[in-house]
Amino acid sequence: MAQKSTLLTPRARVSFLGSAKSGTHHAWLMRLTSFALLPLTIAFILIVLSLAGRDFQSARILLGSPCPAILLLLFVGVGIYHMTLGMQVIIEDYIHGTHAKHLALMANTCFGLVLGAASVYAVLRLSFT
Amino acid sequence: MVELALPKNSVVGRGKSWPKPANAKKVTEFQIYRWNPDDGRNPSIDTYYVDREDCGPMILDALLYIKNQVDPTLTLRRSCREGICGSCAMNIDGENTLACTRAIDDVKAPVKIYPLPHMPVVKDLVPDLTNFYAQHAAIEPWLKTSTPAPEKEWLQSPEDRSKLDGLYECILCACCSTSCPSYWWNGDRYLGPSALLQAYRWLIDSRDESTGERLDNLEDPFRLYRCHTIMNCARACPKSLNPAKAIAEIKNMMIERQV
Repeated sequence: MAQKSTLLTPRARVSFLGSAKSGTHHAWLMRLTSFALLPLTIAFILIVLSLAGRDFQSARILLGSPCPAILLLLFVGVGIYHMTLGMQVIIEDYIHGTHAKHLALMANTCFGLVLGAASVYAVLRLSFT
Repeated sequence: MVELALPKNSVVGRGKSWPKPANAKKVTEFQIYRWNPDDGRNPSIDTYYVDREDCGPMILDALLYIKNQVDPTLTLRRSCREGICGSCAMNIDGENTLACTRAIDDVKAPVKIYPLPHMPVVKDLVPDLTNFYAQHAAIEPWLKTSTPAPEKEWLQSPEDRSKLDGLYECILCACCSTSCPSYWWNGDRYLGPSALLQAYRWLIDSRDESTGERLDNLEDPFRLYRCHTIMNCARACPKSLNPAKAIAEIKNMMIERQV
């Protein structure tokens, strides 16, 4: 972030580096993922409820079968993406130091990727072992 | 990081308690934020007692009673005393509102009065609104056209004119912007509810020919998209306007031109 001189006029201070001409795509993705999560969360809850009373082996078979597995993959993928987008906004809101902000944004993306990869691996392992 | 605690020189202490008016039958206690840039001391809360039988019904009447009869050093802005100039916006009993349109009896005693939150203070109840006004100027709040001006007026249908209702009434009192947590944390880059309501007032004006340019200027993660629909703005507005709805409409326009 460019340092703001104390001698800047109020208008120059408000104009800062100009409009980034972005943000709409981020807002659209937040809206899209939140809509997608409505049915996906219901599906996730139904899948978890249907595990009740099953033993380990039949639970593995249920979670590894095509429909539940695909729904779980979509749920963790969309859910983690939504979480990462939301966390990005929170970081931008509250962390103002340039370096701290950039590091936090990188850590946020990496965390989402690792969590997503681990979740996808877990579901695929149930399907293909 | 966001500062959650006040800096040492802004911590508010106990101030002076002024004597009660003699022989007054109905008295209301006021606790008012005081800060003088010239004495080098921290802000304090002074206690005043207002004789209600010698004072009008509104908070502004009480403040002027105090200034005229108790303590002439109390500093505040006021002008129209009827809710149209926006000068006397301040934080009364935890809510940003206009002192002239809030009745003393509608606020529980003791009446606590502070300047608008999270703005630099010039003195006592007077906030520095320089940045707020610069943000209003930045959205270019005037009709912008490239078509040569008509001989008479720019025409507008009654339906198109009605779209400005709920927008043009804004008096720029800053109650909404200074009630918005997003504006508190990022007021240097986020335009805030007031400026964005004004921006929408010109975006939706059928006579204006710069809609695309105006949207370009607003499309920014900070200028526009720091609004998280907290709705404090709509709750605070003393003119009962809804800046959050105007901001949502701007976001819809942004999507509409892309999808």
